[in-house]
Amino acid sequence: MSSTFDVVLTASFWAATLRISAPLLFGTIGELICERAGVLNLGIEGIMTAGALSGWLTVYYGADLWTGVGVAALVGAAFGLLHGVLTVSLGLSQHVTGIGISLLGTSLSYFSFRLLITSTATPTIKPFSAVRVPFLADLPIIGPVLFEQSPLLYLALALAITVAYVLYRTPFGLALRMVGENAMAADAQGVSVTGVRIAAVIVGSAIMAIGGAFLTLSAFNAFFVNLVNGRGWICVALVVFSSWNPIRAILASVFFAALEALQIRLQQGSGVLPYQFFLMLPYLVSIIALIAVARRVAGPQSLMVPFRRGER
Amino acid sequence: MEGSVGTGGPALRISGVCKRFGSLVANEDVSFTLKAGEVLALLGENGAGKTTLMNILFGHYVADSGDIEVNGAFLASGSPQAALRAGIGMVHQHFALADNLTVAENIIIGTEPLFLPWHRPKSKDRILEIARQFGLAVDPDALVRDISVGERQRVEIVKALYRNVRILVMDEPTAVLTPQETDALFATLRNLVANGVAVIFISHKLREVLSVADKIIVMRQGKVVAERFASATNREELAELMVGRKVSFPAREPATVGNPVLRLDGIVLRQAGNRPNILDGVNIVIRQHEILGIAGISGNGQAALADIACGVLAPTEGLIHLSGQLVQSEPSEFVKRGVARIPEDRHATGLIPDMSVWENVVAERYRSQDFAIAGLQRIGAARKYAELVIDQFDVRGAAPNTSAKQLSGGNMQKLILGRSLLQNPVMIVATQPTRGLDIGAVAYVHRKLLEARDRGAGVLLISEDLDELFALSDRIAVMFRGTLSNALRTEEVSLKELGLKMAGQFGVGGR
Amino acid sequence: MRLEKRDFPPLVVRLTAPVAAVFASLLISSSLIKAAGAPVLWAYWTMLDGAVGSMNALSETLTRATPLIFTGLSVAVAFRARIWNIGAEGQLYAGALATVLVAAEGGRIAAFVPPLALPIVAAIAAFVAGAVLLLGPVILKVKLGVDEVVTTLLSNFVMLLFVSFLLDGPFRDPMSMGWPQTPPVDSVVNLRHLLGGATRLHAGFLFALLSAAFLWLFNVRSVWGYEMRAVGYSQSGARFAGMPVTSVLVRAALLSGGIAGLAGFNEIAGVKGYLTLDMSPGFGYSGIVVAMLAQLHPAGVVASAIFVAAIFVGADAMSRAVAVPNYIADVIVSVSLLTMLVAMILTRYRIRHE
Repeated sequence: MSSTFDVVLTASFWAATLRISAPLLFGTIGELICERAGVLNLGIEGIMTAGALSGWLTVYYGADLWTGVGVAALVGAAFGLLHGVLTVSLGLSQHVTGIGISLLGTSLSYFSFRLLITSTATPTIKPFSAVRVPFLADLPIIGPVLFEQSPLLYLALALAITVAYVLYRTPFGLALRMVGENAMAADAQGVSVTGVRIAAVIVGSAIMAIGGAFLTLSAFNAFFVNLVNGRGWICVALVVFSSWNPIRAILASVFFAALEALQIRLQQGSGVLPYQFFLMLPYLVSIIALIAVARRVAGPQSLMVPFRRGER
Repeated sequence: MEGSVGTGGPALRISGVCKRFGSLVANEDVSFTLKAGEVLALLGENGAGKTTLMNILFGHYVADSGDIEVNGAFLASGSPQAALRAGIGMVHQHFALADNLTVAENIIIGTEPLFLPWHRPKSKDRILEIARQFGLAVDPDALVRDISVGERQRVEIVKALYRNVRILVMDEPTAVLTPQETDALFATLRNLVANGVAVIFISHKLREVLSVADKIIVMRQGKVVAERFASATNREELAELMVGRKVSFPAREPATVGNPVLRLDGIVLRQAGNRPNILDGVNIVIRQHEILGIAGISGNGQAALADIACGVLAPTEGLIHLSGQLVQSEPSEFVKRGVARIPEDRHATGLIPDMSVWENVVAERYRSQDFAIAGLQRIGAARKYAELVIDQFDVRGAAPNTSAKQLSGGNMQKLILGRSLLQNPVMIVATQPTRGLDIGAVAYVHRKLLEARDRGAGVLLISEDLDELFALSDRIAVMFRGTLSNALRTEEVSLKELGLKMAGQFGVGGR
Repeated sequence: MRLEKRDFPPLVVRLTAPVAAVFASLLISSSLIKAAGAPVLWAYWTMLDGAVGSMNALSETLTRATPLIFTGLSVAVAFRARIWNIGAEGQLYAGALATVLVAAEGGRIAAFVPPLALPIVAAIAAFVAGAVLLLGPVILKVKLGVDEVVTTLLSNFVMLLFVSFLLDGPFRDPMSMGWPQTPPVDSVVNLRHLLGGATRLHAGFLFALLSAAFLWLFNVRSVWGYEMRAVGYSQSGARFAGMPVTSVLVRAALLSGGIAGLAGFNEIAGVKGYLTLDMSPGFGYSGIVVAMLAQLHPAGVVASAIFVAAIFVGADAMSRAVAVPNYIADVIVSVSLLTMLVAMILTRYRIRHE
C-alpha cells in the first residue's frame, strides 16, 4: 500500500511514534530491573495507573509538573516496597501477589479519583509542552522527531541508557544480575539478596509509575478510567521481547510504538475494517512477539525462585 | 603474606555450638580448634551435622547457642559478610556460581564498593596471578556454563583466594572428580597449607580423609564423638566411630546369569545446535541375576542414559528391548513390563512430596485395574497397598495419609524402592540410589538390590560412589562423553584403571 | 517465643485464615472510609444491611455470587494445575457470545433445535467457547514456554474488542434503537426464577452449586482429578510416573475455560437476557480473589463467592447511604487477596513458647 509507505516516511509519524513509546519504555525498563533481580512484578498495570493518578492529582492541586512526576515516582516506590516485602521477605507467590497489587493499584486510583473529583466534566491540567533543542530541532526530518519532544521522553531515554550502564559496568549492577541468576551464590559472596531484590523492585516500580504519569502529564491532560488500558501487560511482554536488555528495550518500545502509530493512521484512512480490529493490534502483536522469541531467549535463572536461607 | 600466621593461638575455635530445626537436633555442643596451616577433616555420614556446622560458620545459618572465634576475635553470626571479612571461604558442594556470568564476574562480585565502576584489567590481572601462584588454570572471560566441573571447582578456590582466605572450608569436594583430579586437588591443598591457609575438609570418604588430613573430627548425630590425628588411626576405627555400631553390609555372592532382561542397541541421543551427542552409540545387555554398574563423573550422559532406561526419554536412534520385546519409550509401558525405577532425585522426580503416601505409592500404576475403575480411583485399595509397602519396607514415620514430604530421605527412598520391588520386577534401574542417606539406609538399599538380583532381576546401577559400585556390581562399565566402555567383571578392574577411563582414556594399555 | 515451621496445618487453622484475612482487609479499608469523611462502623453497617439485611438484599447477593462461583471455580481448577489463568473475563464473554449465537430470538440455530434442548445446547456452546479461548495460551505455554499470565490477560482485551465489534454490527439487535446489544434470548432460554420471580435470583445459582459439588467429587475421587493434582504439584514427578502431562494440562485448561464460559451463559440466560459490553464488572478478575480466599477448594469457592458478592452489593448500598464511592468494594477485595496470601504463609508456622 503506497499510502502506508508515505505515512511511514513522514517526520510527524516518527515524532508520534516516539511519543507513544515513552510510557512503554518506562514500563519496560522498570519491569526489566525487577526481573533482572529475579522478581516478576505483575503489579505494573496497577502501579502505572496509580502513578498516573497521583502525578495528575498533584498538579491539579497546584504543584508544578516535575513535582507531579516526583510524587508519582514515590507512589510507585511505595507499591514496589509492598510487592518486595510480600514476595521477597515473605516469599509469597510472585504471580498472585502481582495480580493483587495491580488490582489494588487500579481500585485505589479509581476510588480516589471518584472521591476527590466530583464534577461531572473531567477537569484538565496543563501538561508538559515539548522542549525545543535549539539548532538541532531545525535539522530536516530528525529535527522535529528527536529534538522537539516532551522532556519526559528524554528522561525515559536517559534512564534506559543509565540503567544499561549501571547493569553492565558497575558492581551494583553485577550484584543485581547475580542475584537474578543465582541468589545463593550472591549470598555466599556477602551480597544481601533481600536488600538488592527489594531495592530493585522499588526502583523499578518508581520508574513504571513515571510511565503512568507520562500519560496524564504529557500525552493527555486528564485522568480517566481505563487510562492505562493494558500497556502494563504489554510491557511485560516487551521485556521478554528485548531479552532483558535495556538498549534492546528502547528498540522494542519504538518498534511497538511504530506499529501503534501506524495503526492509528490506517484506522483514520480505512473505512473497511471496523476500528475495533485496529485497537486489537497492540495486544495481538504482543502475543505474536512472545511467540516469536519463545525458547530462544532465556531469562535470569533465578527469576521467580524465592530465596530462603537456612530453612529445611 | 602478612598477618595471622604465628599469632600463637588457634586460627579457629568453635565452642559449644548448638542448632535445632524444629524437633531435629542438627548440632549439639560441638567444640574443636583448628590451627593455621592445618588440614582438619570433618568426618561423618550423611545427616551427622557437618554441613550444618559449616553453614553456621559461614553465616548461612544462625546457631542457637555457642561461640566461634577466628584468630581470637568473636565471629558475628548469620552474616556471610562477617565470615568473609574474617577470612573464611567456603567451596560449597553444589557450586555457588551463576551460569550466565563470566568466571571473572563470579569471582569479583561482592568485593568492590557498589556504585563506582570497577577496574576490570586490574581484577583480571589479580585473578591470573593467583591462578599462576597456586597452579589453578582458569579463564576469566569464559562463561561459567561453558566450563567443566573440574574447572568450576578451581574457580571456586580462586574465588576464595581472591578474598585472601585464611580458613578454607571444602564441602565434599571430591564427589564430582575423577581419581586423578582428586590427586590434583590434594596437591593444591598442600600448596595452600604451605602458604599458611587452614583447611576444613568435609567428607564421608574414609580413604581420602586419611590421606589428606592432619586431624580428624568424627561427628555422629550432631555431636563430636572423637578427635584423632590421622597418623594415629585407621579406616576400621573411623568407620565404627562414624556409625557407632557395627553395620553389616551385605555381601555379593556370585551368581549365574540368565536371559537378557534389558537390551539397549545403538542408543544415540542428539541435542540441538552443533553440540556433541549426549549419547553416542551406547550398547548394553543386562541379564537376570546380574548387576551392571556404570561409573563416571556426572555430566557424561548418565542422566540421559538413566532416563532412557526408565522410559522417560526416547532416544534419537536405537532400540530398546525388555525381556526380548521391543518397547516404545513410555514410562507406563516400562512399568507394565516390570521395570522398577529408582531415580536420582527423590524430591523432584521419584515422589511428589506434596501428595500423600498412598497417592505416591500408586503413582506409577494409578490407571491399572488395581487402583481405578470407571474413571474413579479405588482409594481404599490404594491405602491398603500403601500400608503393605510401609510394613514390608520398614518405612518409618509414615501412614497412608501422611504427606510424603514429612518423611526423611532414607524413608522416602524406602518408599520408592518398596512400591516397585513389591511388584517383583524383572529389571531395576537405580540411579544414585544411596545419595544423601545415612549408613543404615545405605546398607538397607544395598541389601534390597542384592536380594532382587538373587531372585532373578537384572539391575542397572548408575552411581558416582565407586565403593558402592565395587560392592554391588557383577560387571562395571564407565561412561565418558556419551560413550560406554566395555563392561569388565568387577574382579578384573582396578581403581586406577577405572579412574583413567573416567577421564576418557579407554583401552589405554595397562592392567 | 519464636516461629517454627509446621508440617501440616490443621483444618481449624486453614479455616480461620480467610476469616482473618477478610477482617484485616476490612480494617485496612476502613482508613479509606474515614478519608471519605464517613463514620466507619455506620458505613460497614449499611454495607452489611445492604448485602444480607433483607430477602431482597440476600437474593441480590446470591444472584451476584453466581457468576463469581463459576469464575472462582474456573480459576481454582486452573491454579491447582499451576496454570495461571487470568483470562476468565474473556472466557466469560466468549461463553456469553456463544449463548447468544445459539439462542437469540430469530437466530438461525434456534430454529433447528427443539426448545427444550436449547438451554442445554447453549450451555454446551458456552462451555466450548470458553474452553477454546484458554486452549491457545495453554498450548503456547506447554509447547513454547510462553508465560500464560500475559497471554491470557492480553486475550481479555482482544475478546472485549471483538465483542464490541460484534455488538456494533453483525450481532446488534435491530430493535434496540441503536444501543449496542444483542437480541434477547429470554423467550428462548430462561433460567427459571427462584422464589417466585419476585427477585432476580434464578436457577443459575443452583447450577453453580451443582458445579461446585461436581468439582469437589471430581478432585477427590476421579482419576483425572488425581492427575491434575499431581501435575500441579510436580510436573517432573508426574512425568516420571508416566502421567501424560501435556494432556492433563490441556484437560485442565479446557475445564477451567469452559467453566468460565458457563459464567457467561449464566449471566445471559439468568440475569440480563441479552449481551452488552458492560455485562461483567470484572467477574473474571474477582474470580481470582474468590479462588485464593477459598484456597482453591470448591466448597470454599462457594463461600468466598458469596462473601465477595456481599461486598459488592453492600458497597452499592453503602455508596447510596454515605458518600463513599463504590470502588471501595474493589479495594476491599484486592486487599483481601493480599492479606489472604499473608495469612496462608502464617498458617505454615506456629508459635513456640520457650
